[in-house]
Amino acid sequence: MGTTASQLSKESLSEYQELTFLTKQEILLAHKRFTELLEKHEKEQIDARVPKGRIITLPELKSNPFKERICQVFSTSEQKDGSLTFEDFLDLLSAFSDSATLEIKSHYAFRIFDFDDDGTLDCADLEKLVNCLTGETNDAKLSSTEMKQLISNILEESDIDKDGTVNLSEFQHVISRSPDFVSSFKIVL
Amino acid sequence: MVEKFFQDHERKMPRDSLITSENDKRSKRKRAKSKQETSRRENNEEEEAQLTGGKGTKARKDIRNEKTRRMEKEEVREVDENIDEGKKKQGSTKKGEKKEDGGKQLVKEKARDIKKKKHKKAETSSEPETSEEDDDEEEDNDKDVVRPECLSPEELEKLKEAVDERKKLIQSLRGKPWPMKKKLVTLRESQEFVEKYEGALGKGKGRKLYAYKVLMTKKWMKFQRDFENFKTACIPWEMKIKEIESHFGSSVASYFIFLRWMYGINMILFGLTFGLVMVPEALMGRPYGSMPRKTVPRAEEASAMDFAVLWDFGGYAQYSVLFYGYYNNQRTVGWLKFRMPLSYFLVGVGTVAYSYMVVIRTMARNANESGVGDDNSFNFSWKMFTSWDYLIGNAETADNKFASITTSFKEAILEEQENHKDDNIHLTRFLRVLANFLVLCCLAGSGYLIYFVVRRSQKFALDGLENHTWWERNEVNMVMSLLGMFCPMLFDVISTLENYHPRVALQWQLGRIFALFLGNLYTFIIALMDEINLKRKEEKVVKFNITMWEASLYNGTVLENSTAPPVTIHPADVPRGPCWETMVGQEFVRLIISDTMTTYITLLIGDFLRAVLVRFLNYCWCWDLEAGFPSYSEFDVSGNVLGLIFNQGMIWMGSFYAPCLPALNVIRLHVSMYLQCWAVMCCNVPQERVFKASGSNNFYMAMLLVILFLSTLPAIYTIVSIPPSFDCGPFSGKNRMFDVIHETLESDFPPWFSKVFSYASNPGLVLPFILLMVLAIYYLQSTSKSYREANVELKKKLQMQNEENKRKNKRAALKAQMDLEEARKTAQEQQRNNNASVQDQEVYCVSELSDSWMKMRLSRK
Repeated sequence: MGTTASQLSKESLSEYQELTFLTKQEILLAHKRFTELLEKHEKEQIDARVPKGRIITLPELKSNPFKERICQVFSTSEQKDGSLTFEDFLDLLSAFSDSATLEIKSHYAFRIFDFDDDGTLDCADLEKLVNCLTGETNDAKLSSTEMKQLISNILEESDIDKDGTVNLSEFQHVISRSPDFVSSFKIVL
Repeated sequence: MVEKFFQDHERKMPRDSLITSENDKRSKRKRAKSKQETSRRENNEEEEAQLTGGKGTKARKDIRNEKTRRMEKEEVREVDENIDEGKKKQGSTKKGEKKEDGGKQLVKEKARDIKKKKHKKAETSSEPETSEEDDDEEEDNDKDVVRPECLSPEELEKLKEAVDERKKLIQSLRGKPWPMKKKLVTLRESQEFVEKYEGALGKGKGRKLYAYKVLMTKKWMKFQRDFENFKTACIPWEMKIKEIESHFGSSVASYFIFLRWMYGINMILFGLTFGLVMVPEALMGRPYGSMPRKTVPRAEEASAMDFAVLWDFGGYAQYSVLFYGYYNNQRTVGWLKFRMPLSYFLVGVGTVAYSYMVVIRTMARNANESGVGDDNSFNFSWKMFTSWDYLIGNAETADNKFASITTSFKEAILEEQENHKDDNIHLTRFLRVLANFLVLCCLAGSGYLIYFVVRRSQKFALDGLENHTWWERNEVNMVMSLLGMFCPMLFDVISTLENYHPRVALQWQLGRIFALFLGNLYTFIIALMDEINLKRKEEKVVKFNITMWEASLYNGTVLENSTAPPVTIHPADVPRGPCWETMVGQEFVRLIISDTMTTYITLLIGDFLRAVLVRFLNYCWCWDLEAGFPSYSEFDVSGNVLGLIFNQGMIWMGSFYAPCLPALNVIRLHVSMYLQCWAVMCCNVPQERVFKASGSNNFYMAMLLVILFLSTLPAIYTIVSIPPSFDCGPFSGKNRMFDVIHETLESDFPPWFSKVFSYASNPGLVLPFILLMVLAIYYLQSTSKSYREANVELKKKLQMQNEENKRKNKRAALKAQMDLEEARKTAQEQQRNNNASVQDQEVYCVSELSDSWMKMRLSRK
């Protein structure tokens, strides 16, 4: 722990504790894991970015169908390439942590599911989401009629204002009633 | 003079603005601030310094900007006067303006610094002034801070509010979905604000106190955070469980969390029994060999140290603190005058009470957390949005999860398509009845088998255990363990007949295993009761014999001379009763040991050996072992949880008669934590049907509660209704075990207390009390029922409103669409009329309309 602890100053550590749902140990662990992802020459830089390709090799994200979306959502990169700084990484872990609130979890979940970043979940988003959930293999895929039925059912249930899309407040409304969203929307290092 | 007047004004004005706009604008302003905060903060500080110099001390130092500042202030004053005049008129409008200002504020703020330096004069309309004042208000605060004595209480209040608000903001910052940079900036800024003003609040002594309080709260917060960190660091096996969680999903992890929870409870039970019963007796009670109950009898002495005997918890193990019989009935032990029998009794009661409390509290908390999870209105959406378990970090588990999600989608769609189309209902019904019949047969058979075996073992015991083989001696435990191992498999096979939905099937399976275990346990207990009765008969005989023996002993020596010293007989030679309590304790300990052994051995054989064979025989086998028949084993969550629950039930049942049971269980749980963690990681495959944990959590707890109740029942029955053995245990010589309470009351408490107690415990008082409790329960239940009804009613209302809203929205949308089209038409007409400026108009018109439409929809929402 010695070297990693020295890199994170005490002040920033306490600030991170204040600003995230993580404990000190978790932040230190996150820092360790993050610096492992960095290349040698980047380790001295404070706001070094890890490209998306390397982030999604993390075992915690590797088999997640939404890994690319997760990187995209939490990235503050200007080029929109999904690369993460350490702070972005902490944001990610905080949102996915045990003690994060339903509100923040559902907010990020919405943004993850919103594949085209237009602020609503439309049919195309939902279709992509279903495809993500059913996996890549062809035999597992739903047929087009099934897909249509499924999406129309979902819209029937959760599209309260009937505009053909699910917006954030509708999404949060649906999610807040779910008994096991909070327990499954978690990633731990 | 001027200065003073001016001061007053300055203080008054911002106050107004503080109330109205501070709150509204805070959030907006913060965002603006965060961008330029660094530069501004510097500026602020500069200003502050100037102001203190200029106003606080009135010593006019030659500061560069002093003059300009003054001029500005005078300007402000002028405006103030204006406003004072028209205050009543403007009062209301000003607020509105300020609210609108909010948006402009952003820009203003940016421009502000420059504006100040330029000391622009040409502001005549009141609107910019107000904003200017708003800008100033913080500086006013700055001033206030510097001279807290001249603050009125209201202002202090306000400042306090502002500070509190900032604090709240800091608290809530982590719950905001902003990028870290923004959060950091806001945090730093708010902290600075708080630090700056916090110390200034309060006056004189109060101020010091306030500062002290603030300091202490800060320290306290830090301490809490550290403590929180410390606590999480102290949670055992956290990393292990997280690793498993990431490999196998949350359901497997839930078993380990349950195991850890169990471990915690057992630790406390162990602490109670060990600290209050075993240690005092071992340290302060009479030593081993001082009296008959603490000595191995002569007949067993030769084999008392044999491993086989010790393994059976006979010999020296039987005559030790581990069992009930060893404890002496002397009222106090040691120089501490520790009330041993009382402590024994209270610990026995306390363990049960504590377990009840913990289980019920956990259940209540779980129920709170899960909340209202029973409505099915978002079936599809939940499947869609919440079915992925983000913890899964293992490719295989992920594949299984994909498959299970797909099937669940398909199932749901099918269900939706053909709602209830059961073609061969008679066959399914027949099969289900048949399956239940078979299960009942199994249960009855296993019950009879256990009863038979226990009976047989009693016969063996009467014959003397030495004449029998190892199997015959350990038959009962082995049969019970084997039944517990194989019957669930049988049930699994039978349940395929039934063709239930897997979740329902799982519940049936759990229910059946539960019934099996329960049946076995109760058969065991009934058999044990028989044995207790036998022992008590034997005891009577022994008692009679002992009196005869004593009589004969004294006959020869001290018949006439009663003062002569009694004959010394080595305690090992004294005849003694069978001590049924120790027997019960021994039975339970043996049961636990054999259960543990079978669990570990099945784990090693069923999981490890199987995995090894499958892995290495796969190279030279006809078919693919890994994918085909034997495959690797899955981790059976429900079975393991049930095993754990029943194990705990046995602990609760037996711990009164064998204080060592919690200790044994702690060891068992500790070992099984490591062993099972290892086994899961190295030789299990993730479940094919990865189901969520949260739903079943309280189900397990409910089972635990049932088991707790059922296991305390026989224990309490024996305590209350069977007189304790006459020559062993802490309650020997008493008529009933609970007489120890009575005895303590009479001899240790002042007489009035026992009098009060006896009054309180007479039926005339107890019965009304019970009645009152029943009434209270009834009342609470009926209120909760009415609440539930109200809830349902509200839900209905909500749904109705929802529908209505939908309809309204549709209508509004249609109307807006029509309007839109009309507008287009008119626009087109206009276009025909004059081609020059139409396009702008149309765009404007359309946008206007769609705007209004949007607004309408928003308001509807």
